[in-house]
Amino acid sequence: MNQILPNSFRSGPDERGHFGIFGGRFVAETLMPLILDLEKAYAAAKNDPAFRAEMDGYLKHYVGRPSPLYFAERMTEHFGGAKIYFKREDLNHTGAHKVNNVLGQIMLARRMGKQRIIAETGAGMHGVATATLCAKFGLDCVVYMGAVDVERQQPNVLRMKALGAEVRPVTSGANTLKDAMNEALRDWVTNVHDTFYCIGTVAGPHPYPMMVRDFQAVIGQEVREQIQQLEGRLPDSLIACIGGGSNAMGLFHPFLDDSGVAIYGVEAAGHGLSKLHAASIAGGKPGVLHGNRTYLLMDPDGQIEEAHSISAGLDYPGIGPEHAWLHDVGRVNFLSATDTEALDAFKLCCRLEGIIPALEPAHALAKVADLAPILPKDHLMVLNMSGRGDKDLASVAEHLGGKF
Amino acid sequence: MTTRIDTRFAQLKREGRAAFVTFVMAGDPDLATSLQVLKALPAAGADIIEIGMPFTDPMADGPSIQAAGLRALHAGTTLHKTLDLVRDFRKDDAATPVVLMGYYNPIYIYGVDAFLADAKAAGVDGLIIVDLPPEEDAELCIPAMKAGLNFIRLATPTTDEKRLPAVLANTSGFVYYVSITGITGSASADSAAVGAAVARIKRHTDLPVCVGFGIRTPEGARAIAAQADGAVVGTALIDALQKTLDADNRATASTVGAVADLVAALAAGVRGAEQAAE
Repeated sequence: MNQILPNSFRSGPDERGHFGIFGGRFVAETLMPLILDLEKAYAAAKNDPAFRAEMDGYLKHYVGRPSPLYFAERMTEHFGGAKIYFKREDLNHTGAHKVNNVLGQIMLARRMGKQRIIAETGAGMHGVATATLCAKFGLDCVVYMGAVDVERQQPNVLRMKALGAEVRPVTSGANTLKDAMNEALRDWVTNVHDTFYCIGTVAGPHPYPMMVRDFQAVIGQEVREQIQQLEGRLPDSLIACIGGGSNAMGLFHPFLDDSGVAIYGVEAAGHGLSKLHAASIAGGKPGVLHGNRTYLLMDPDGQIEEAHSISAGLDYPGIGPEHAWLHDVGRVNFLSATDTEALDAFKLCCRLEGIIPALEPAHALAKVADLAPILPKDHLMVLNMSGRGDKDLASVAEHLGGKF
Repeated sequence: MTTRIDTRFAQLKREGRAAFVTFVMAGDPDLATSLQVLKALPAAGADIIEIGMPFTDPMADGPSIQAAGLRALHAGTTLHKTLDLVRDFRKDDAATPVVLMGYYNPIYIYGVDAFLADAKAAGVDGLIIVDLPPEEDAELCIPAMKAGLNFIRLATPTTDEKRLPAVLANTSGFVYYVSITGITGSASADSAAVGAAVARIKRHTDLPVCVGFGIRTPEGARAIAAQADGAVVGTALIDALQKTLDADNRATASTVGAVADLVAALAAGVRGAEQAAE
């Protein structure tokens, strides 16, 4: 059966927050009025040139944008095929792409008069970015983080505390990102009158997936300009890791209607797709969790299953609803990389490029290792280097038995 | 269409008292004990029974109900088995209304049409689905109405005048007013504020209004029952059940009795209330 494809892949969501069957607003009634307020406030801010100008100013002078588009020369030579570029989101203030979105949401929270900010975090990068901007703007900040992640991401816990945020370890479920999100939603329901929930990825109830995408789209917009300057044309392929999928969506979205650009999203295959993993497209099916319908890991009764990944940032049993839709319509190709493949790519990147990648983009890098060698030398491939790996050194060292 | 819920409220109106609505979790701590608890509820004074459908990620519930759901899941409870439980309960009780309460995903995975048909056949009368606001009515609310099940909506302190008509539009059976902004079992309901809120809702609907979240004691139940058409107690019952479990979360000889005793005390509170003049 032929699927009817849309005229544009960039027109979603509809007014009710749907990307095809995905997305929506599956939240408790207590939150619904606030979510409608948020949608209105965001629509007004988006059309306000002063908001945009203020944001651009902070992106330039505080975040340090534009981030470089860097030719990874030795990596390219090593694989002997496609010409590989890294979009250096790891060089942003706070060390990852997360800050792009947090800046937008915190500016919106200020417009809405909210003094208290809550966030969930997995690897801690979103938590650090939120703590950072709350410090800058003098807002109260509470970050929910699974107790397991608090252990494996100690450097980021210390950063958040230094920045004045309260880190609340979550001890329900598997004590990871999913459970932190449940706890943040419970806080929000309780403190809805003064609290803004700063969601870290392109998931949650509408308008979050759209709003976070818009704030992250600066990544792909810059790549379009930078690659034109460097190569005089658009790239042939894009690749990024996907947990919830915000760095990937930020890179992909401005290119969705460029049919000549192949797009690859890389999920975390953990111990392997037949074992414990976090690849919700490869191993899940559509369901409803955390405010949206999307691909989820679950059992036959619809109970959500625990994800597993070496990377705390990818350790989530779902994926943003727009990614789910882009998978179903065939615009984005979803691949997956195991813990071991990501560790190998991590080591390779350190040695060949002098860049310590976060374990999250190391998953994307692992698939570059599969794709690049069989592509021609004039194939331009852009990888989103979504974050730096300092936070992961202790856990990588442990996995490698202390031998880098 | 008249459901057991409509019949029960009509009967209580004739008696001039509010409904006592009890919430217990299906399969907590195991399916056999859970059935015994259910069977004990009407005799102890429950007018309407809400049965929780356990879910791994109950985002509107506090620690007690979260733990109850996990105990039920560890004991092997599934949505199919929850419906079996209702079917078994119905063998001895054709009158007490049963409302299933929970989250949407297990129903979505079961298949909406199959679930509604099976629930109706098992003897379910209504549904309360926490994460389906009116904006998502097409998912389950409208199909449930067509299948002859009441879809009971939650109204909250944040549901303002402008939004209330939308919340009430496809609601049937009763309206469930959530007396606090928060999760289950987290704070105490203020009966004066509840009275005002119930009056506000009643300006928009003829449906009975029951109040839940934050009622723990016979006195609290009496105060709320004086202001509303029903008082819902959940967390306090779950806590009473939990206290009787052994170190491995298994039921003991006192489990069913502990719940029934508290239900009896709470029911006496509700029955002692003088209802506000309408």
